[in-house]
Amino acid sequence: MEWYQDYPHVGYDLDGKRIYKPIRTKDELDKFLEKMENPDYWRTVQDKLTGVDVRLTDEQVELVQRLQKGQFGDVHLNPYEPAVDFFSSQVMIHPVTNRPADKRSFIPSLLEKEKVSKLVHAIKMGWIKPRKPKEDTPTYYDLWAQEDPNSILGRHKMHVPAPKLRLPGHEESYNPPPEYLLSEEEKLAWEQQEAVERKLNFLPQQYRCLRAVPAYARFIHERFERCLDLYLCPRQRKMRVNVDPEDLIPKLPKPRDLQPFPTTQALVYRGHTGLVRCLSISPSGQWLVSGSDDGTVRFWEVSSARCMKTLPVEGVVKSVAWNPNPTVCLVAVAVEQSVLLVNPCLGDKLLYGATDQLIEAYELPEEERLQPVTWAVAAGAEHSRGVRLIIRHGKPVKQVTWHPRGDYLASVLADDSHTQVLIHQASKRWSQSPFRRSQGQVQCVLFHPLRPFFFVASQRYVRLYNLLKQELAKKLLTNCKWVSSMAVHPAGRWGPRQPGWARPLPSLGWGVGAPRPVSCRHHKKALRSVAFHKHYPLFASGSDDGSVIVCHGAVYNDLLQNPLIVPVKVLKGHAPARDLGVLDVLFHPTQPWLFSSGADATIRLFA
Amino acid sequence: MGGLEKKKYERGSATNYITRNKARKKLQLSLADFRRLCILKGIYPHEPKHKKKVNKGSTAARTFYLLKDIKFLLHEPIVNKFREYKVFVRKLRKAYGKSEWNTVERLKDNKPSYKLDHIIKERYPTFIDALRDLDDALSMCFLFATFPRTGKCHVQTIQLCRRLTVEFLNYVIASRSLRKVFLSIKGIYYQAEVLGQPITWIAPYAFAHNHPTDVDYRVMATFTEFYTTLLGFVNFRLYQSLNLHYPPKIEGQAEAERKPEEGQVYAMDSESYMEKLSALSASLARVVAPNPEDEVQVDEFPVDGESTEQEEARKKEQEAVEKQKMMFEGLQFFLNREVPREPIAFIIRCFGGKVSWDKSVCIGATYDVRDPTITHQIVDRPSLEKQVIGRYYLQPQWVFDSVNAKMCLPVADYFPGVLLPPHLSPFVSEKDGDYIPPEKLKLLALQRGENPEESGEEEEDDSDEDDDDEGSEGEEHSEKEDEGKLKKLEEQRSQGKKLPVKVSAGTVRLEDKQRAAQEEQSEEKRLAIMMMKKREKYLYQKIMFGKKRKVREATRLAEKRKAHDAATKSEKKTKKVRRE
Repeated sequence: MEWYQDYPHVGYDLDGKRIYKPIRTKDELDKFLEKMENPDYWRTVQDKLTGVDVRLTDEQVELVQRLQKGQFGDVHLNPYEPAVDFFSSQVMIHPVTNRPADKRSFIPSLLEKEKVSKLVHAIKMGWIKPRKPKEDTPTYYDLWAQEDPNSILGRHKMHVPAPKLRLPGHEESYNPPPEYLLSEEEKLAWEQQEAVERKLNFLPQQYRCLRAVPAYARFIHERFERCLDLYLCPRQRKMRVNVDPEDLIPKLPKPRDLQPFPTTQALVYRGHTGLVRCLSISPSGQWLVSGSDDGTVRFWEVSSARCMKTLPVEGVVKSVAWNPNPTVCLVAVAVEQSVLLVNPCLGDKLLYGATDQLIEAYELPEEERLQPVTWAVAAGAEHSRGVRLIIRHGKPVKQVTWHPRGDYLASVLADDSHTQVLIHQASKRWSQSPFRRSQGQVQCVLFHPLRPFFFVASQRYVRLYNLLKQELAKKLLTNCKWVSSMAVHPAGRWGPRQPGWARPLPSLGWGVGAPRPVSCRHHKKALRSVAFHKHYPLFASGSDDGSVIVCHGAVYNDLLQNPLIVPVKVLKGHAPARDLGVLDVLFHPTQPWLFSSGADATIRLFA
Repeated sequence: MGGLEKKKYERGSATNYITRNKARKKLQLSLADFRRLCILKGIYPHEPKHKKKVNKGSTAARTFYLLKDIKFLLHEPIVNKFREYKVFVRKLRKAYGKSEWNTVERLKDNKPSYKLDHIIKERYPTFIDALRDLDDALSMCFLFATFPRTGKCHVQTIQLCRRLTVEFLNYVIASRSLRKVFLSIKGIYYQAEVLGQPITWIAPYAFAHNHPTDVDYRVMATFTEFYTTLLGFVNFRLYQSLNLHYPPKIEGQAEAERKPEEGQVYAMDSESYMEKLSALSASLARVVAPNPEDEVQVDEFPVDGESTEQEEARKKEQEAVEKQKMMFEGLQFFLNREVPREPIAFIIRCFGGKVSWDKSVCIGATYDVRDPTITHQIVDRPSLEKQVIGRYYLQPQWVFDSVNAKMCLPVADYFPGVLLPPHLSPFVSEKDGDYIPPEKLKLLALQRGENPEESGEEEEDDSDEDDDDEGSEGEEHSEKEDEGKLKKLEEQRSQGKKLPVKVSAGTVRLEDKQRAAQEEQSEEKRLAIMMMKKREKYLYQKIMFGKKRKVREATRLAEKRKAHDAATKSEKKTKKVRRE
């Protein structure tokens, strides 16, 4: 009917004339009015074929209602009539149908005969065999009746058998001793742990009797995990190290046989209020000088621990160095941006008088030379305190050190330029910068005790310059992050020992002649300083953990033989303060005594 | 230098290993088939010594197989069977799709199957090898035997597992080779000694399983397939070694013949036979009847390099084992219905005891509750209404503890309703320094034939440990004290100017020479440790850490025990007070 939607007709009659749609000009209002007025509106239906409104009769309405209920359309139809079993198993005397039987039901089928004869022929010829009976149960026999030694192949020898499962301990028992049960906290900790981290893969539990024991929920899981381990887990043969730990400890000579070395704390030098950064001792071994963060330099008598003199300076004392020349009584002090040359006026009056005379005997050179620093003579109050000369650098000074002859001194500036190392000649009041290029941040410098060598330690390297030839003689890699200090064996045969600073790193000993370094890692924290003894084969190192380790280092004349280093004593005494422990260590020039200065504002003498 | 350029990773360890994916491609198998093959053939990945070299410079996590292993797999006839099976599945699916039921039938009849006999022989060239690897096989079969008959795997597999485990149990009974048993919260552990090899397995408690979803049953089924074959052959061989029939026959067929006379039709003969066998109450028939006179006295040859002490210890041990085997000889047990029948009947029979249960519990009961010859009745309920005089009523733990102690333990601790003593693991052998629970000490004393009440070893042990600890702490103390004294002295000195000078009589400080020597020695050691090489130091510290941890663990347990004992004591006291 959709085809005629847009036409006025709804089809054609037998004569081929159009059948027109009834005229419908009903709008919504008409429909509504009709709905209100017409009592039969609910049973009026539009016939879609003709477009005519049809009023349903009572019978038709009833039919619709029946169908809507899902009932049969016919009122008289009984769906539950008793069924008559015509084709039952009982043979009746009369046939159900009256149809005569087919002819083919009397005659054997030729087609079937052909098929059967084919099968019979196939069976006779042995083409078709009866099915084999199924064997469900596996049969077992003596598989290892002949154990052939040849069947053990290389792969069996190479086979890595899976380790057996661990046998259960007491804690797995259903009724374990009470100490194996976990307490509440342990249980909580166990539950919070990852399954992999757990030491036990189950919670120990106690049941009063066997009938109370439930099934283990993870039994299948555990078997499955074992299966996975067996076929997925990579295997490797590992040799179990079975050593007696005592055998690992090296056999060293007894410390008692290596005496003398400092063993006990003998004296404590008190007086400083800030941490004591640096120490130096007079060549005679009678006087000790120390510089501290409290802005003083103190002079001590070694044997009595008395503070003989206090020299206040403006600023933190970074470094002090006593002139190694026994005929001169002079101390170099690095303070802020200047180096002070101080005559402590201690000891022999002749000696320090001679030193003053030596300084005053200086004559100005005829021609003024350009110098990187300015030399100034102290006067007034400073002179009365003992300061004789002031070398003013433009930048803060980190370290000063004397040449063993006592005329030259080197200073290190906190600077990155090539002028960070300066060499001064005290007698001529003349300074120069030895390097033309910067070699990284220089940490400390050192003169060789006997030969004309000059050590310069940057953060990672130590460079060895020949002062006569004015060239680089050697460059040593320290293997540590930060060199904090170095020391040279007094015979000069042994190179510098540089301790690491930024992390607990080794102090390294270098044979200048022999290429093999010796390193020792003893301290638990960063090293601060190292020192060699002048006569005894001893060296000491102080570290941030507040301990000083004294080692006996036997150096052999044969350079090919490694020196035997034996730590002989751990000296403790300094209390660590602000993560700093021992800041400087120093040996007495003649006695086997050791001075150490610490962050706890004390100096200690170990003898 | 002439010659060809050497390329990286073309020789050496890089060529000895092959990754899993490459191996799979080489064998032209799917991952599932490759897995099956690896499981059946016992091929496992290897961890190369230098993984990066083998991995051609990459550090990605890969599993490596030995190339030799994979080449070995190439010749495996089973690989062809896998391919056939794949084709079979394809054909079957096609026939199903076309609803060609005849073809389906035919295909199913000709389903390709394979046997694992040759693989077993190949993996275990000698019988001992097979025995050594029996632990996992037994545990797996015992698990599968308890699976329900529906669902997770083939019914045939479950039945086969059940049959094989029962056969094995019967062998252990016949050879009396059970040594240790342990009731754990996971299941029951058994350890038997077969031909000198300790074989340990675990059987779950007889409850329905809560089947987890994150377990791949196919992997387990493949393992079980291999294990059942292995266990079958091992059983055959074991039965043969004892002159027993295989498949096992129950001794005294008269019983079976008597059955119809009683008029009780129980089940089909084949089924009842299996059940009777699994009842573990009847002994097995032998091919040749054993003749006690035939037992040959074995000559003893002293083993070279064995001192007489060792020899004697060995002899003693052998005697103990012999004694243990006859432990329950002459005892008659009766199992109440609440007791797990199978494990306990198995254990009792393993040590020569006679066991029976209520007729309604299981087939194979040999005598009744009222039998006056019963000596022990195993009971697991808080109290019993009727008790027959002349027999012990005991909890099942007694059987297990007695087996582990290798002697019949005193029965007083195991009466029904009594708080049981802890059940200890027989698999723990404590070395000196380990923590030994006091119950174990008591047991050891009992085994030595001492009266446990007299010995007070535990306390001595505890005090020893404490002493050691104090020793190490003492040194530190003394150092600290010295420091403190020095400080005081220094303070006095610095303030000396102000204070009026006063001399007080000093006390004589006795110097403990022994202690000083000890301290010196320990310091020497500390200094020597400083001089160790880095690698050795690492090893040393690792060993020492392990030792310390052990000691810590032992002391922790001892302390816990002490606290527990104290708590129970005080509880008892308060109870007493309340009663009064």
